[in-house]
Amino acid sequence: MKNRAWYFVIPMIVLMSIGAFLPLMVVVNYSQHYIFAGSAATYVGLENFVEVLHDSQFRGAVRRQFIFTFMILLIEIPLGIIIALALPKKGFWVAPCLVLLGIPLLIPYNVVGIIWRLFTQSDIGVIPKIFEVLGGYYNVTLDSFDAASTILLLDVWHWTPLVVLLVYAGLQAIPDAYYQAAAIDGANSWRTFRFVTLPKLRSVLTLGILLRLMDSFKIYSEPLLLTGGGPGTATTYLSLFVARKAESYELGYASAASLIYFFIVLAMSYIAFQIITRIGKGGKVE
Amino acid sequence: MARIELKDVSHSFEIAEGKEKLEWAVKDMNIVWEDGTANALLGPSGCGKTTMLNIISGLLTPSKGKVYIDGKDVTELSARERHIAQVFQFPVIYDSMNVYNNLSFPLVNMNFPKSKIKEKVMKIAEILGLIDYLEASTSKLNSAEKQKVCLGRGIVRDDTVGILLDEPLTVIDPKMRGELRRQLKIIQRELNITAIYVTHDQREALTFADKVAVAKDGRLVQIGSPHELYSNPVSPFIGYFIGSPGMNILDAKLNGSTLSLNGFKIELSKDITDKIEIKNSECQLGIRPEEIITSKERTTETIPIKVAVIENMGSYKILTLIKKNGSNRDLSIKTRIDINMSVSKGDIVYLKFPEKYLKIFKDNHKIY
Repeated sequence: MKNRAWYFVIPMIVLMSIGAFLPLMVVVNYSQHYIFAGSAATYVGLENFVEVLHDSQFRGAVRRQFIFTFMILLIEIPLGIIIALALPKKGFWVAPCLVLLGIPLLIPYNVVGIIWRLFTQSDIGVIPKIFEVLGGYYNVTLDSFDAASTILLLDVWHWTPLVVLLVYAGLQAIPDAYYQAAAIDGANSWRTFRFVTLPKLRSVLTLGILLRLMDSFKIYSEPLLLTGGGPGTATTYLSLFVARKAESYELGYASAASLIYFFIVLAMSYIAFQIITRIGKGGKVE
Repeated sequence: MARIELKDVSHSFEIAEGKEKLEWAVKDMNIVWEDGTANALLGPSGCGKTTMLNIISGLLTPSKGKVYIDGKDVTELSARERHIAQVFQFPVIYDSMNVYNNLSFPLVNMNFPKSKIKEKVMKIAEILGLIDYLEASTSKLNSAEKQKVCLGRGIVRDDTVGILLDEPLTVIDPKMRGELRRQLKIIQRELNITAIYVTHDQREALTFADKVAVAKDGRLVQIGSPHELYSNPVSPFIGYFIGSPGMNILDAKLNGSTLSLNGFKIELSKDITDKIEIKNSECQLGIRPEEIITSKERTTETIPIKVAVIENMGSYKILTLIKKNGSNRDLSIKTRIDINMSVSKGDIVYLKFPEKYLKIFKDNHKIY
């Protein structure tokens, strides 16, 4: 090792391997065995993977997960940009606005789940009450659509502020000269946004999209606490599905599913990163 | 292209803030930039250059006074409506677009037909030497080429009345700086644009402009050709600010026809004394380093002085000469000498001030 910096990285690599690499390898090992708690493990090769990929429940979880993540990005990113643009740029109100926006980010996942369970509880919850007053019907434990859209709303409430803060920081970093130039060049507000603001936000948006993409694939405690994955399987996303399988002692099957899950996240993040970094790098416009 | 005029323009940022005590960023500015001329606005940092620029371009409305373009009052018009283009300190490029789309951006905003846009962009790219880069991503350009794209966006429009250059060479690689400066000048000539070049760098101002306005503390001090500013400064500030190193400004005392300078005496001829109304007074003597005759041999009417610092500039040397003066201010003079003249620190040299180059100032004004 010519570069001495590597010595300083070694402790971190050791910690990482204990914390991440070794468990991952254990999972790889499990995934190739048929294991039922208490009994000896039998080597089955790739059979678990085949079984997982043919399992309609797993496919359902993947489909729900993709819809959920897609909707999250579709709502949170534009909403985050809109809110960030609407925030005051300077003056007294900056601090109160940012603090208020930041509050959801400070609340732990499981607490968020509990708060929203209280919101949605059919007897005392505020959301069912509102629907009742408006003459509608809402029941998170009986209606699949209500359950799924509540999880979506919860995530938007919880994580849009992150996008807002990222975009807000990005906006502050754009020098005034760009807006002056656009004004002199006669660009209207849409074209100014499209050709000045948006390109300058590319790096923070890349970060925001990747963070939200990976994080939304990990969603677990909120549906667990709010709906328990139900009604039926309406809110059983990938992590919840894998956890259910592991809890029912199908360790080999659960390991195979979680590895596939892992590669899906990896592939999605890679694709998203590639797409975003290629967009607008001097490509042809118009 | 057009004639740009500022009339009695003053601006104070405190007015907008509602403060009682006003500080003027720009005060009583009266200036005319004629159609198709290359002009510079020169001044040290904080002299109100940028404020003036924003007033001209319409990004700022002055507290008092009017801005005229071709005799039309445009004080209340926005930047867009004034049709003034601006090149900023650092290249402001739309980096999601290639060079062609950058250049065509203002025309697309004006809904020009495609064929017309192409024709105009091609013409401008030809002038700027960007024709080979049109399809290239702007990230492939160096800083000088980026500044040219910025300039191009300004001049691609037919209705541009003038172009403001706000220290456009600041971030340019020193090697390309001279080249770009020459090209800016050529383009200005070729297109006959009214250009106002704002800078604190006297060399840039003097090489670019036919007419240079020097500002200090928000006020105009002198307007003139580079040669006028150099040879005929109206105040010690101009004398010192223009030229490198600046003019020597020395405290002196006038007694009849004798100018006493820290113990040394200089006899003034009748030509000069006739023109000066004040006979006995404190004043300041100004002379440029390159106009002082420095020699190692003592002759009549020379001033002996000790060499304190020698700066070798390659083709010439700059000497800083100091005479200690007890508790009073030391007499410090800079002179320029031939590179072949050998002097060393601590040597005594003899100075002669040729009378034709002498300038005499009193109360910050030139009296001779």
